[in-house]
Amino acid sequence: MDLDPQTLTKAAAFTGGAIAMGLGAIGAASGEGYTAGHATEAIARANDRAGDIIKNMLVGQAISESASIFSLVIAILLLFLSTPEPGVLKAASLFGAGLCMGFGAIGSGVGAGLPAGKSCIGIARQPAVGGRLTTNMLIGTAVCQTPAIFAMVVALLLMFKEPGTTAASPTWAALIGAGLSTGLAAIGSGYGGGMAAGASCEGVARQPDTAASVTTTMLVGQAVSQTPSVFGLLISFILLFKAFPESAALSDSVGLLAAGLCMGLGGLGPGIGNGMVAEGAVRWVARNIENAGDLMRVMLVGQAVSQSTAIYAMVVSLVLIFVV
Amino acid sequence: MAIEGVDLVKAAALLGAGLSMGLGAIGPGIGEGMAAAKACEAIGRNPKEAGLLTRTMLVGQAVAESTGIYSLVIALLLLFVV
Repeated sequence: MDLDPQTLTKAAAFTGGAIAMGLGAIGAASGEGYTAGHATEAIARANDRAGDIIKNMLVGQAISESASIFSLVIAILLLFLSTPEPGVLKAASLFGAGLCMGFGAIGSGVGAGLPAGKSCIGIARQPAVGGRLTTNMLIGTAVCQTPAIFAMVVALLLMFKEPGTTAASPTWAALIGAGLSTGLAAIGSGYGGGMAAGASCEGVARQPDTAASVTTTMLVGQAVSQTPSVFGLLISFILLFKAFPESAALSDSVGLLAAGLCMGLGGLGPGIGNGMVAEGAVRWVARNIENAGDLMRVMLVGQAVSQSTAIYAMVVSLVLIFVV
Repeated sequence: MAIEGVDLVKAAALLGAGLSMGLGAIGPGIGEGMAAAKACEAIGRNPKEAGLLTRTMLVGQAVAESTGIYSLVIALLLLFVV
């Protein structure tokens, strides 16, 4: 079956748009549900503070929602964008953009819901620090959104990439791989960053006087949790901007697709793992502030080890791109 | 498009290498994170034993790492040997 270029490109854009919005809705909805559940529990504990709790819930949910709004924007662009240069490469980049944004929104959506929920409980427990909790939640959720923003950047780069006179094979695989790399790696980092932020909201509510140390530990932990998605972004940029010599061999194309999949999947676990470590450390900094230094050190050592498999995945991706 | 057998085998090996390392990295990443999270908890509860607890964490993580290294070995075998 031979498709004309325009039909192929449109089909890829529509499928990509559907994937972007379909997958992109999972994370934000789950995260917001978690927040609403905790807000309900908080109001049951302290119904005289329902107004503050609902306000905090709505602010938190709005940030969690942003990941799926990115997906919506990308999906709408994919549906209505005109494609002046239709062809296999344009089709691959539009499909890749949809995959990237769809997967990339999952982690940030779920992750942002965690601190929002914990801060609602915190307001019920310690109304005096309500303002501090909301600030802490805003910082934490903002960092959670970075992986979704990486995914949106890669999706936009893919969508507006001019195929020019580049040969279709093997570049088509590099474009889909670029989408998968950032999209999948963003799931882990977004969720991991949320775990750290959730623990810090819990900690501030429990021990308000430790707020400064708790927020610092949260930010360091979140920064390390983001690294797998930065690796994913790096592999995406290489796949996007490197010129690949024309080759009809299937193995050259599949190798580039595998590079993207490898880094994307490989970033997923360490992102979540780093977030778990940061969650544990932040929780215990709040409970045992005298040992904040030891906890920070153990957190960083633990995260470094958890990170190692993401580094292996990056090495294998780079070998797939540059060596074989 | 006619695909030659050799080309197909090489393509499968490369895809396999990517999947092996990509999927193989998920488990150790999460598992080692659990170990370190519990180590933080333990040090928070009993800071005097921080040295012992860190050592135990590292040994536990090293064991959890092993499957990640198996994945890496298989990926490298698929890339360079078979």
